[in-house]
Amino acid sequence: MAILVVAEHDNETLKDATHKTVTAALAIGSDVDILVAGKGVKDVAAEAAKIAGVRKVLACDHVSLKRQLAEAMQEVIVPLMGGYDAVLAPDTTTGKNFMPRIAAALDVMQISSISGVESADTFVRPIYAGNAMATVKSSDGKKVITVRPTAFAPAEEGGSASVETIADPASPTTSEFVSEELSKSDRPELTAAKIVISGGRGMESGENFAIIEKVADQLGAAVGASRAAVDAGYVPNDYQVGQTGKVVAPELYIAVGISGAIQHLAGMKDSKIIVAINKDEDAPIFQIADYGWVADLFNAVPELEAELAKAGY
Amino acid sequence: MKVLVPVKRVLDFNVKVRVKSDESGVDLANVKMSMNPFDEISVEQAVRLQEAGTATETIAVSIGPDKAAETIRTSLAMGIDRGIHVNTDAEVEPLAVAKILKAIVDEEKPDLVILGKQAIDDDSNQTGQMLAALLGWPQATFANSMEKDGDSLTVGREVDGGIQTIKVTLPAVITVDLRLNEPRYASLPNIMKAKRKPIDAKTTDDYGVDITPRLTTVKVAEPAGRTAGVKVEDAAELVAKLKSEGVI
Repeated sequence: MAILVVAEHDNETLKDATHKTVTAALAIGSDVDILVAGKGVKDVAAEAAKIAGVRKVLACDHVSLKRQLAEAMQEVIVPLMGGYDAVLAPDTTTGKNFMPRIAAALDVMQISSISGVESADTFVRPIYAGNAMATVKSSDGKKVITVRPTAFAPAEEGGSASVETIADPASPTTSEFVSEELSKSDRPELTAAKIVISGGRGMESGENFAIIEKVADQLGAAVGASRAAVDAGYVPNDYQVGQTGKVVAPELYIAVGISGAIQHLAGMKDSKIIVAINKDEDAPIFQIADYGWVADLFNAVPELEAELAKAGY
Repeated sequence: MKVLVPVKRVLDFNVKVRVKSDESGVDLANVKMSMNPFDEISVEQAVRLQEAGTATETIAVSIGPDKAAETIRTSLAMGIDRGIHVNTDAEVEPLAVAKILKAIVDEEKPDLVILGKQAIDDDSNQTGQMLAALLGWPQATFANSMEKDGDSLTVGREVDGGIQTIKVTLPAVITVDLRLNEPRYASLPNIMKAKRKPIDAKTTDDYGVDITPRLTTVKVAEPAGRTAGVKVEDAAELVAKLKSEGVI
């Protein structure tokens, strides 16, 4: 079974979500190729070629692919699908954007955000914000699948696949990139961080996130937030952890002033260790936390910072 | 500019989801159903476009059982002009929904289709993108701002790294994210007025679309549970626990 994995990258580095998607692909079949579509992607393609178990890397280097907009990605991927039985991409905002276009063009019902592979045609995926897990079997000849990266371990390095350059795609003219405002941070990316510390409505303001950031810097952690904190304007949208934001599964997740709405839990409940700090001892977050600390966060977080400093962090 | 807004009737977001004991699905008997929250945002956006004089006509579409007409009625009470109800008791997958919507677009010829980015029941996040592909139109997904500029739209999109702004030529498909606007509550006079607005009754056969599912649900199960752990009293105890777990 030939499977195409569409790489997640920013034209400079290959994102870890790609390695995890390869793991899902290898659970479906053994002939796995990676497509790197972008602008100036030579280094990214070379990185992809090092993933163990990959047969070959297809590199498509064209100015229309610089931002991986959906219309341009469709022009590259659909013509390739004659040679593949399945196409997989991580369910990041990039993959979520272009994959259904591929599915519709192929007349296939996409299987979104899988968290498990049962067989080559049967997959497990969360529905109802992760409150239920559906096992679905696809009858389509070709499979179009997005993969929840946190549910799969990253494929190891150690491969030496060949890199093949493919022809320039047609350039769509109906959509164009204007600008982007990316959050700048020296901290690790939310979805890739080993430790995440998130604030909720209990933080009361954006300025107060400074106390969380201090602890994050001590631990080398990423900073996240609940939807309530984002809606209140305390932090930008890309901080949001939850069913409609980012799904994270770090080694350690520290929830500060977060009550634990279902939609937030859906985004972090697969974390290895969960710590909750909240003054309301009845907050639902405590029902899933490994370590709960009932305390006023404005006392507790500085205390935690001092204790970590004492321990040499 | 004519605007089409597809809306879906789903389990109300405040209702606790219960998986049926035979694992055949989620229990939807006698529970509160509402308009998909993302669709409320797209309805609101369409109504605002009309209030601003940008949209000249707004149409809501829903595909679903008899009661889906109530969801259309809600959008009419919020200010949408008229509705189209494609009546079916079958479960219609996003691909088939997109095909029916394409047939409606071919008839109604809107300049813009605004959808919620996903429905909170199946969490597929597919319909808008599929519709755009079937129509050969550009798409701007996960919109958190929208500005019309001649025959194009400039749309801010919520992406993993922050906000990306793109420009799409009309006609186009937009899917909306949470922070595009805050949907209004329908006032009582508007609810009364909505009762007299027209809803076209259609069936899936009217559009000649094969809605046979491509995915079979093998089972629906409860997610793996987590249980409450222990309480700590202070920072020293917490740091000691985390060290012994090896996570810091």
